[in-house]
Amino acid sequence: MATPTDADKFAVATQLQLTWWRFRRHKLAMVSLVVVVLFYLVALGADFLATSDPHASDARTSYIAPQPIHFFDDGAFRPFVYGIKGVRDVKTFKLVYTVDTGRKVHLELFGRGYTWSFLGLFETDIHLLGLRDAQRGDGIFLLGTDQLGRDLWSRLMVATRVSLTIGLVGVTVSLFLGVLLGGISAVYGGVVDTVIQRLIEVIRSMPTIPLWLGLAAALPNDWSVMQIYFAITVIISLLAWTDLARVVRGKFLSLREEDFVMAAELAGASQGRIIFRHMLPSFASHIIAAVSLALPAMIISETSLSFLGLGLRPPAISWGILLQDAQNIQTLALAPWLLVSAIPVIVVILAFNFLGDGLRDAADPYG
Amino acid sequence: MAEPILKVRNLQTRFFGTEGIVRAVDGVDFDVFEGRTLGVVGESGCGKSVTARSILRIVDRPGRVVGGEVWLKRAGGGPAVDIAKFTEAQMRDIRGPEIALVFQEPMASFSQHYTIGNQIVEGIRLHMGLDAPAARKRAIELLDMVGVPQPARRVDDYPFQLSGGLRQRVMIAMALACDPRILIADEPTTALDVTTQAQILDLLRSLQAERGLAIILITHDMGVIAEMAHDVSVMYLGRAVESGPVAEMFARPQHPYTRALLRSIPTVMAKPRTRLPTIAGSIPHPFNRPAGCAYNPRCAEIMGEICGQAEPPQVDTPQGHVRCFLHGGAP
Amino acid sequence: MSGAAGEKRGETILEVRDLRKHFPIRRGLLRRVVGQVKAVDGVSFTIRRGETLALVGESGCGKTTVSRCILRALAPSGGAINFTVGGRTADLATMRRRDLRRLRRHMQMVFQDPYSSLNPRMVVGEIIGEPLLINGMTNRAERRKRVTELMELVQLPAAYFNRFPHAFSGGQRQRIGIARALALNPELIVADEPVSALDVSVQAQILNLMLDLQDRLGLTYLFVAHDLSVVKHVSDRVAVMYVGRMVEIGETEALFARPRHPYTEALLSAAPTPVPGAASTRIVLEREIADPANPPPGCAFHPRCRYAIDACRVQTPVLEEIEPGSFVSCLRARELSLRGVAEEA
Repeated sequence: MATPTDADKFAVATQLQLTWWRFRRHKLAMVSLVVVVLFYLVALGADFLATSDPHASDARTSYIAPQPIHFFDDGAFRPFVYGIKGVRDVKTFKLVYTVDTGRKVHLELFGRGYTWSFLGLFETDIHLLGLRDAQRGDGIFLLGTDQLGRDLWSRLMVATRVSLTIGLVGVTVSLFLGVLLGGISAVYGGVVDTVIQRLIEVIRSMPTIPLWLGLAAALPNDWSVMQIYFAITVIISLLAWTDLARVVRGKFLSLREEDFVMAAELAGASQGRIIFRHMLPSFASHIIAAVSLALPAMIISETSLSFLGLGLRPPAISWGILLQDAQNIQTLALAPWLLVSAIPVIVVILAFNFLGDGLRDAADPYG
Repeated sequence: MAEPILKVRNLQTRFFGTEGIVRAVDGVDFDVFEGRTLGVVGESGCGKSVTARSILRIVDRPGRVVGGEVWLKRAGGGPAVDIAKFTEAQMRDIRGPEIALVFQEPMASFSQHYTIGNQIVEGIRLHMGLDAPAARKRAIELLDMVGVPQPARRVDDYPFQLSGGLRQRVMIAMALACDPRILIADEPTTALDVTTQAQILDLLRSLQAERGLAIILITHDMGVIAEMAHDVSVMYLGRAVESGPVAEMFARPQHPYTRALLRSIPTVMAKPRTRLPTIAGSIPHPFNRPAGCAYNPRCAEIMGEICGQAEPPQVDTPQGHVRCFLHGGAP
Repeated sequence: MSGAAGEKRGETILEVRDLRKHFPIRRGLLRRVVGQVKAVDGVSFTIRRGETLALVGESGCGKTTVSRCILRALAPSGGAINFTVGGRTADLATMRRRDLRRLRRHMQMVFQDPYSSLNPRMVVGEIIGEPLLINGMTNRAERRKRVTELMELVQLPAAYFNRFPHAFSGGQRQRIGIARALALNPELIVADEPVSALDVSVQAQILNLMLDLQDRLGLTYLFVAHDLSVVKHVSDRVAVMYVGRMVEIGETEALFARPRHPYTEALLSAAPTPVPGAASTRIVLEREIADPANPPPGCAFHPRCRYAIDACRVQTPVLEEIEPGSFVSCLRARELSLRGVAEEA
């Protein structure tokens, strides 16, 4: 505000701009915002980033350790990975596949791989990284493979899409329920308010895990992956709307006492105008903050459900399902890289929490 | 006149906010004498409360005292010491036993989970080393002294059980628990009704008469100043623009701001439906502090370009001190 | 442009008769009503067209409750509020909400807090124009013209039309609030402590503006305040309340010069004056303001009154006119000679 133009800019700045200016100063939240955006970009381009078909199993590539990309070949920049070869074990006479450091498979940008569809709009087989002159079993195993020989990196990409969208869909459903029931509770008050508040208390007092267990067990076995995906979302959001409903109700009640709401009433404004013109815009930012704090809870819920084998089931791929593979201690001793799936869960949950905190602080430029 | 018990010189406090640095207190000087009240008066943003907190070094972050001297004559006698150079540990012996503070909103300064007796006793035991029963006895005496009815029963009340006026009395009792010689009262009556305000001001005056307390009274209300203070310091945007004895200040204000402020105050002695002389504009935001004399854009007696270019130095007048080129000091 | 055109100054615009507002005290799990807080307990007064009536008292006296009942932001528990506009009189106390909307445009409010009274998400033009929009002025250009007019009226530069409230100081915000209240050409403005949140140097600007607007537009003010020095500057008549009841009503000059009720005397005496040494003759009331949930029997002021006699403890005084224009509710009103404040030459 050093110059008059700055002061003028400030004077006609909307609440959204003020919130943004304030949010921008919150460094950790800004970093988190970037991280969250990156994660959703990954979700959007999961198949493009995947290097091999996440569903294709191949006994030859079972439990391959993470393979680095070698960038220089004979001093020139020609990235390559090593190929895979079968070796007969001298004691057991079993055919064992290992990395063949004698054979280089070169990488290419925008190479061809399995066919995928972008949001159902078009089909393509182009991926960010591809292999030139690959033999059967060769692959870029950045994070290694699982027991069935599926590339963990590719599976992680696709799992990110599932886990992050399940949170979004879930939050949308619970936001709808929360705003609706919280709003009704505050506007009508009296018996309606009491009933809704008691309902919230009952739901909140239920132990979540057994409840999920019950609901998930009730899902028919023959449902498709998509059906189960939506059912799980609904189950999670049916329990998660209570927090949002409380935020909405509290905001409604405190805003109703604001003088500017009374001024609108005295000017003859209708109930609808007061709610939609004066009250909702005033707490939109609080809702956004509440949502960004509710999202990680959703993601955690899905991950734990799937981890326990109650949420999504294979062949679906989500973070929880990937972690399911890391349940067995013997498997972990053999293939510790399977635990890598826990890292994105931790990073994204932290990022969402910092983002939510930043948004909450920025939402009220004068609060 | 005797030596001042507290001498503040060139006190400077800044707030290092994300939008920039605010010079909340910008070179403030004043003297406080035993048995006298110094009134510090000003409008919002003038830095009067921060001045009080700066003396005790309890400015909230991101504020920090960045300069100045605070010379205190300690209870044991001897030459004055500069407590601005004290360590945090040394300051703890100053806050309470030497200089105590009374806030505007007593509710916010109490813990809601302890009885008022508990909270007074805590201070007494910490600083005076009394045992529990003796400290409780002293707490009851203190409550009695500040005019809390039935002190032996009230000592076990929680803060929310008291009215605003009683809470402010308890707050004063707490401040006096360790027998300080200087009491800083920061807007002690602003949250109170007029009849309650009269009671509290009365109490402060009688405590001063009994114990020779030196009081620094911070307020925005010229009426409270007129009735309580012996000396006055008028602040505007972080600087003391005028200071001097109260009678002189009201009879012959020297600074254009003081003059305009005194004229623009509504009084019960006015004729009904009379227009008041006003001060043009409003107080600038601390970030937009005007260059030169901070008051110059609103000043009715502006002298010309100099007021917007140079900060007027402090000039001695027969009445006290003033910072205005009308009284000299122009380069 | 005044809405008062064709109506006579000095006739009664608002008559409040025996107004009551009781709030139930609920306790326990079943929220049973265990008592009543008599926030307003039988208050009567009238306001004449074109005058300023100041309603004064300390916290808990019920002055804000009275003003909210008049605006029907609160539903009164009893009594009548007769509002005369356009030659017709209607009782607001018993009116249905739907009918109220038509009358509300004649009666607007200026709020105490210039920060919470303006929606931070609307620009000044929208804030001032909202009452116009709601009451049928849907043409954008026409509305903009009227808003600009109103901004000039309260001395705000029209260039500020697109600014948000956060860009303004407290005094400027209060001007915006006043412009909004004037948008519908109301007859009566209820001003609830309109200057108590402002800095001293800005108070005078707003008080002067309110006086000027009254002269230009023939407005009637109900001015709710606790600060007697502010009241002295703006009001024609003063009504003093104590614990839910009216204790005295009188012409401003007469009431300040010669109060008739001991509470008014104490209130006047307690008001700080910017004259050094004036405090020495102050009357300092003892004890605390009575609790409206449990007021003392008889005259509610008797425990603090210097002049109380035995009768005051049992007999509840009623408001009576002891001199033309001077109403007092005190058993000893006729015999006491109380001290007021001198007026400046």
